[in-house]
Amino acid sequence: MSDRTIEVGIFTVLMAIVVLLGFGAARWRAPENPHTLEEWGVGGRAFGNWTIWFLLGGSMYSAYTFIAVPALTYGVGAIGYFAIPFAVITTPMTFLFTTKAWSVARRHGFLTHSEFAAARFGSPRLGALIAVTGILATIPYVAVQLVSLQAVLRTVGFGGEVPLLAAVTVVSICTFRSGLRAPALLSIVKDVLLGWMLLTAVLMVAMYGGWGSTFRTAAARFEATPNPADGLLLPDNAHLGFLTLVIGSALAIFAYPHALLGMLAAKDRATIRRNAAALPVYCMALALMAMLGFFALARGVRPVDGDLNTVIPQTIHEYFPSWSAGIAFAALSIAALIPAAVMSIAAANTFTRSLYRPYLRPNASAATEARVSRWVSLIVKFGAAALILAVDPAFSVDLQLIGGVVILQTIPTVFIGLLTRWFHRGALTTGLLTGLAVGIGMLYLIPKKDGTGRVVSEHFGGSSWQLDDGRSVYVGIVALAVNLAVTVAATLVLRAAKVPDGVDRTHPEDYLTDAGDPYLKRLDQLIDGLPRAEERPGPQRQHIG
Amino acid sequence: MPAPARSRRRQWLLLVPAVAPLLTPYANRIDPALFGIPFFFWYQFACALLAMLVITVVHLATREDGHE
Repeated sequence: MSDRTIEVGIFTVLMAIVVLLGFGAARWRAPENPHTLEEWGVGGRAFGNWTIWFLLGGSMYSAYTFIAVPALTYGVGAIGYFAIPFAVITTPMTFLFTTKAWSVARRHGFLTHSEFAAARFGSPRLGALIAVTGILATIPYVAVQLVSLQAVLRTVGFGGEVPLLAAVTVVSICTFRSGLRAPALLSIVKDVLLGWMLLTAVLMVAMYGGWGSTFRTAAARFEATPNPADGLLLPDNAHLGFLTLVIGSALAIFAYPHALLGMLAAKDRATIRRNAAALPVYCMALALMAMLGFFALARGVRPVDGDLNTVIPQTIHEYFPSWSAGIAFAALSIAALIPAAVMSIAAANTFTRSLYRPYLRPNASAATEARVSRWVSLIVKFGAAALILAVDPAFSVDLQLIGGVVILQTIPTVFIGLLTRWFHRGALTTGLLTGLAVGIGMLYLIPKKDGTGRVVSEHFGGSSWQLDDGRSVYVGIVALAVNLAVTVAATLVLRAAKVPDGVDRTHPEDYLTDAGDPYLKRLDQLIDGLPRAEERPGPQRQHIG
Repeated sequence: MPAPARSRRRQWLLLVPAVAPLLTPYANRIDPALFGIPFFFWYQFACALLAMLVITVVHLATREDGHE
């Protein structure tokens, strides 16, 4: 058997196992009544320590991260490493703020940021606006996962549209059936395979001269390019751009619907706190992947068709033993499908809870909600697939960049809103819309340049805004600053003009609620009459972890 | 029920792992290298380990306040 056959064979067998597992996931710790959004959308809020850890790793450290970050370090060096400090600072923030979000969501039965926004500021319209913003930012994020999947499939030899559509169809059916349980179960498989891939990568670097020679060769290659911005260290004028990008990306994590979804599936506050302590393990895995970009550069790996996303798949293909390469490709493919599933579930929940229920069917039953979400999750996935098949895949990467700037504008409502409700609902709406206009306007005005500095296109050329002194700044943070300034000013004006404000349906103690609190159970029954609420936490359900 | 003042003070420790990774202007150097990895890169590994340590300490220190 040739190396290629072994590689493709192992890849195919692993993917087949994954599909079977995905189908079986619906039965995994299955509830008696699976037809509610609580069960389908957040796994009955009953996932323990280990499950949540894998699920978060699966949904936040996606294939796009594992492929795009090394592609960046390969292309520009140190600047691409921004993803690591960004990932590290989210962990203490998760410990403090996600526990609050979990408590208030548990108390009121929220599944999404938008429901929280509507309740906190007494404004369904603000909730709907947050929902639309969240969905628009999520679809291109799903699309870039599929772009990474396509890069892997192309390297394995399954180019074209059919393999990609087949993968999307299979994962859609799994999600449709099993809801959040499918990605949660697959995340465990993915992490085992990914662990193997990282181990192989480290051994491979050691065999080819170790990190010392890798970095020395990479440094020499950066020296040889005409681009002053690349290199092993940040140029003096790059610090501002680097730090604003780190902070902006970290804040965005607390606004993306899918990042919250995984946390809401936790069974209690302690699960989230323990997970925050364990999440930096993923940061180190990502750091290792980022440094693999330098290995690819040092060994002179050439991307397929000039597509930088294929740098890592190509390195794996050229340097891994063929059976290990099969495992690595399976790991990366699953790592693309899991976040695609989680993101589509999150977008679907957002639609159902903040647009469908308030505006289309105010008295939708729990079963109807679950059915609507199932179908919307399908639309999101195939919409994302259509986006990359019908339009240029590079377009979805641009859209994802815009999505990051867009989602940041919901921070005053969904993140600062966890800490204070001082803002006026009208001011938040005004601030959000201003932030969106400023952010998208600035992105529109950034020209796209190629490696030699020649302008290739007039608009949407990345997210760093050039200042006159040669420094740059991340557009998302500038737009967020304008957004916040407008929100504060408008709040003062609206208060002075005595414009009526919404009523806060949450109470200070809601942000500290934990599973098992006596009033919580009573409230569960009051809120949506969930049939299973009173038996939770029941002795008949076994929690893993 | 708000956490007792002592636990709240311990939460400020979380600022350390939140700020340390942002000190890149000071960490922007090649030496001292570790296993051939320049300082700029292994510094973030150290920050990740620090985050695990601090969050674990704060979690253990604040869990007797009746919510965990």
